[in-house]
Amino acid sequence: MRVHLDAEKCQGHNRCYALAPELFDVDDYGQAMLIVEGDVPADLHDKARLAASNCPEYAITITENG
Amino acid sequence: MTDTANYLTRIDEATGNKVISIERSGETVDFIIGSSPDGTDLWQRVPYDANDYGPVADPRTDFDHADSAYNPNAPQVWKELREGGCPVAHTDRYGGMWVPITDETVTEVAYDTENFTSRAVVVGVGRPGDRALPAPIGGAPPITSDPPFHNMARRLLLPAFAPKVIEPWEPEIRRLCQKLLDEMGDITPGESVVDAAIQYAQNIPVNVIGRMLGFPEEDEALFRTFVHDVLERINEEPGTREGGDDLGVYIQEQIDDHRANPRDDLTSYLMNVELDGNKLEDPVVSGMVVLLLVAGIDTTWSAIGSSLWHLAQHPEDHQRLLDDPEVMTFALEEFLRAYAPVTMARLVAKDNDFHGCPMKKDDWVLLPFPAANRDPRKFEDPDTFIVDREENRHAAFGLGIHRCLGSNLARLELKVAIEEFIKRFPRFELAGDTRWSVGQIRGPRELSVRILEVAD
Repeated sequence: MRVHLDAEKCQGHNRCYALAPELFDVDDYGQAMLIVEGDVPADLHDKARLAASNCPEYAITITENG
Repeated sequence: MTDTANYLTRIDEATGNKVISIERSGETVDFIIGSSPDGTDLWQRVPYDANDYGPVADPRTDFDHADSAYNPNAPQVWKELREGGCPVAHTDRYGGMWVPITDETVTEVAYDTENFTSRAVVVGVGRPGDRALPAPIGGAPPITSDPPFHNMARRLLLPAFAPKVIEPWEPEIRRLCQKLLDEMGDITPGESVVDAAIQYAQNIPVNVIGRMLGFPEEDEALFRTFVHDVLERINEEPGTREGGDDLGVYIQEQIDDHRANPRDDLTSYLMNVELDGNKLEDPVVSGMVVLLLVAGIDTTWSAIGSSLWHLAQHPEDHQRLLDDPEVMTFALEEFLRAYAPVTMARLVAKDNDFHGCPMKKDDWVLLPFPAANRDPRKFEDPDTFIVDREENRHAAFGLGIHRCLGSNLARLELKVAIEEFIKRFPRFELAGDTRWSVGQIRGPRELSVRILEVAD
């Protein structure tokens, strides 16, 4: 699984950071930053999906591998 | 970007109005700031007298969010509009106002800063004229600002409200909530009735934002009066709404005091922050402080009150929160979705056809995010409060570039306020009629609850 963050769409709601701090951080302006590179560890898949499905701006998308 | 390079402020002696000169692309443009409804083009009185209209009979063609029956029944009104096939309501009140109700239409307006300006965000009997105030800056930047100034003003404030700056306030907010609960005095379970809005909810945000700004604690009651004037007395003549002017004078006094006695707080931060190498002029600082006071007080107070109103009637949700504190992560967002307090507004920037509605320049557009939060096309079973709802893309803090700047603070205050109240009072119920606010901020203003159990 891979997570994608569209920085243009992010408006700093910080929902992802609250729900999945292992995957997202926030900068000084409250904008989200992805902190995993490549595949998301299996034990964080649920959190990644949770973050994606709670972003009010639809800025987070998930690609499931094969 | 040149819009903001230089400000020069002066008082026009003939009218007493304040004039801000702004250099824009090599030209100097004067913007007039004042409170006189005539003689300037800064304030257009709209052809509307609330007395000409009775109570709302059909919200499809005569919608009025300031009707006293609206806020107590708003979810029902939205449902009827949606189910009646009316995604955008209208009224001739306020000189003409459109009201998108569905998630689709609310979202579209929120994202469209070309056709809809934020120059005015609170619907009233007057609206800013073309030169009334510095579009794209507005009277209370950045909420009243449009691009491109909006982003610059917003970036000045964002660092002061970023999650990691707000998180450390938690212990202080918790102590404040505990103090308010202590001040309720001796409670006899089954008998004692307290007002959860007046004795609790309304005191929390005002105290917190006042502390952040470094304003005197004894002025809290004053803030609340100002905020009430700005948000609730929208049908009164401009001349009778003294609150706005008083607020301006008060804030200028605070700015002067901070200039004389610099200290480490939000007001000093705003006075010292630089935009293009220049410090902000006092009117801009003042506008931002107005925004923080107005936006930070009524809103969170309403969210806390509505959440307690819900819990008073739903002991099963209350119990779940006590048994499983982790569920608060989801419950918090569900309170915000189901009881979103804030409806914003826009002015139509240019004539446009919106889903078949012929919108004219300067028409009002009400932006009820709380209605979008109850759209069944977006939320399953939207009128049911689901304490552990997992998928919840609610728009309580708005959508797009004007996303509530204070959302991290609001969330923290709401979470702590609920946690402390239910911890102290593991059971409580409604003890009479609830009085709801009037206008764009929806929440209980009087909320009597009978305490049934007190924690040891």
